Order: sequence, then C-alpha cells, then structure tokens
Amino acid sequence: MRHGNILTSKQLSRADIEAVLDHAAAIESDGSAAVEDRSETVLGLLFFEPSTRTKMSFETAIKRLGGDVVDMGSVDASSVKKGESLADTVRVIEGYADGIVLRHPRQGAAKLASEYVDVPVINAGDGAGHHPTQTLLDLYTIRENAGLDDLTIGIMGDLKYGRTVHSLAYALSNFDTRQHFVSPESLQLPREVVFDLHQEGASVKEHESLDPILPELDVLYVTRIQRERFPDENEYQKVAGEYCITTETLEAASDELSVMHPLPRVDEIAPGVDTTDHATYFEQAHNGVPVRMALLDLLLGDSDE
Amino acid sequence: MSENHELRVSKIKNGTVIDHVHAGQALNVLAILGIDGSDGEGVSIGMNVPSDRLATKDIVKVEGRELSQEEVDVLSLIAPEATINIVREYDVVEKHRVERPDSVEGILSCPNAGCITAADEPVTSRFDVLDDGVRCVYCERIVRDGIPALIER
Repeated sequence: MRHGNILTSKQLSRADIEAVLDHAAAIESDGSAAVEDRSETVLGLLFFEPSTRTKMSFETAIKRLGGDVVDMGSVDASSVKKGESLADTVRVIEGYADGIVLRHPRQGAAKLASEYVDVPVINAGDGAGHHPTQTLLDLYTIRENAGLDDLTIGIMGDLKYGRTVHSLAYALSNFDTRQHFVSPESLQLPREVVFDLHQEGASVKEHESLDPILPELDVLYVTRIQRERFPDENEYQKVAGEYCITTETLEAASDELSVMHPLPRVDEIAPGVDTTDHATYFEQAHNGVPVRMALLDLLLGDSDE
Repeated sequence: MSENHELRVSKIKNGTVIDHVHAGQALNVLAILGIDGSDGEGVSIGMNVPSDRLATKDIVKVEGRELSQEEVDVLSLIAPEATINIVREYDVVEKHRVERPDSVEGILSCPNAGCITAADEPVTSRFDVLDDGVRCVYCERIVRDGIPALIER
C-alpha cells in the first residue's frame, strides 16, 4: 500500500484492510502509535463537491500526525471556475503536496488524477462511483461492534448512486458476509456492481422491503436518497422518504443490531433512534479520524525518502 | 454461388477484404477502422449479401491497405465472426479470423454522462473487453448492447 493510490475498495485485499484497521486501533488507543514523523508532510485537499466529515477528518488526521494541509477551497474560489481541467489542477497541486485527497462529481476522476501525478491520490468520493476511505471507517466500526466474519448486513437506501454502498459491498466480499440490499427498484445496485460481486463469489440478495430480513441482521447500513444525483426531480420525489427507520421499525430487530449511516442523513433515520443502543452512526463518523490517520501513515511512506 | 455474390463487389488487387461481417455493420466497420476514403484508398462495400454461414452478411474491401493486427482485433467488438483476407496481386495470401483484444483505446466513447471521460479532460477513452461486452476503465460501466453506437467518429 505504501506510495500507492487508494482509488477503489476493489483494490484492497483482506490483508490490506486488516492492516489499516489494526493500525487505526493502535492509534486510537495510543496516539503515538503512528509510525512516521509527519511534521514535513503536506496533504492537498481538492474537494470539487461539498463535504463535511470526509474533508474535516482528513484535515484532522494529518494534523494529528504532525502534518498540515493545503486546501483548494470551494470550486467557485479556485481556478476550476476559470475552466482549468482536473488534470492540470492535480499537476499543480502535486508540486505543493505529498499526497492528494480528491472528491469530484465524476466517476473515474481519481483514476484520471492518478495518471497525471506521482504523489499518492486518495479517492474521497467520485460521483456515484467509489468512496474507499469511508469504507475503511465503516469496516472499522463494524468490526468493533459485530466483527467482520459470519456477518449478516443489510444495506438500504440509494444503492444506485450511493458510492459508499458500492465501496462497502466490494470490501465486504473479502470477508464471510451475507449482504442484503434493500432499495426501491429504481435505485437498485448498478448491474456492474452486482456482476463484480457475483464474480467474487459474494453472497448477495436484493429486496424491496426491509421487513423480511431485519430480524436476522447484525448491521443495518442506511444511506440517504441523494436528491443531487437524480437527473429528474420527479424521479426523486417518487422515492424520497420511502425508507425511514424509526424506533418502531427496530422493534423487530435483534438487540445487537448496529444501525449505521455515512451521514449526512435527512429523514431516513428518525431522531428517536439516536438514543437507542442501535445507533452507531456518530461513532462511525468519529472513527474517520483514527482510520484516516492510519491510512495516511501507511500510505505516505517515509517522510525522509 | 457465394463467389458470384462476392463478385457483386469488384475484386481488389492489393488490400484487405473483411468478410462475414454481420449484415448492417459494414459502415460501422469502416468507422471503427477510421476509414472514410480521405486517404485516397478505394473502398467497396457489399451489404446484405447472401451467406451460407450468416444467412446475410456484409463485405468490406479496402484497396491498397493491409490492416494491422490491432485494427483486426478491434473489429471483433462489432464483427466477431469476421474473416480477414489479405490480398496481393488478386490472390488471398493470408486469411484469419478476428480475435478479441484485452482492451481498446480511443475507439469507443463511454455512454455514462457522469464518467470523467465525458468531461473536458485530456483523457483517451479506454475499455476492457469482456466476453460479452466492454467495460470503461474509468467509470467501470459495462456495455453489452449498442457498442457500434459508441464508436468515436
């Protein structure tokens, strides 16, 4: 993984994932467990789409490792507004930073960026494609609460445009998991993702209703129906609010069920769930920092190389 | 019988005959090869010619040009049954079937409007070739039907 790129979770083996999660656990219990002195390390943050958790947790992570960031800021305040290509932008930032964290509205953007620079590129979300570092913190959270083998997980919501879902599904196929996908028909997993999961021999079932499978779940991963990804507002309105988890919903669930969400949520998890033992989503968000510290520490290599 | 039908399209002295193209794909064959006659080569096309193997087929004859192996491989995306005949002095000196390449570059456009290759970026389209389709290397979209419509013209 050292000096590599993190473009999709498909590239991560079980050993890669466990190395990051183990290192994150060590860092979380002892902040000095990070391997390298990062006081000379600068991370470039290029977010072409809004972000709160991902961007701030990367910034926090590198700062806690002793490094710093250069931040492109909003697209409107950057040369992108003048028509600069992504290829040019990353080549410029390569001269300022030791690694690039890129969020972009187009699928494949991180891969393209990685072809133009020699510093590591970390995909922080590419349109409806992938979000591999979210997956690492998701897996960290799942491992803490339910373990990663002999796991039954339900993944519900916008599975079509949900990049966190695609990345998580790929990564889970490294483990002994049974994956149940719940969505309206119009928001099912992209067929290419299903194709890949079947190729990997993953246990995958698709449903339109949560009810039949809820009692057997160890984890329920809920995602937002992403209004901004719909080409047609009418299509969004047809499915908005259709899937909502409430305390009543969870009466049929196991006491051990963890309810997760990459956040932000809108109305898919009722606030009443927050105070139940099921709610794991804020813990999940907090885990972004130790996991990204571990990833950066392993990925960026020796600072004196 | 079949020879008579082939004679509907004149024989060439030197060049390539692409035979057993699925009916209706001849123009796409030319498009995928980037052949539009602007280089002065003679091009003959037979469409919907009766065929023992395909019922009906198209034939493309390109005078004065021998296709490279890479070009032949790319043809497999839209003409998997095609046979390639290299002609010199009116004789067929080589005859072989197309084979599917592992990937193709700069030939097809990704149909995914959200793909980075659809943006104004300096990127050459690249697709992995699957058994039954192609897959964009950037956005990972799989296309199984309508591949001729993706040919960059």
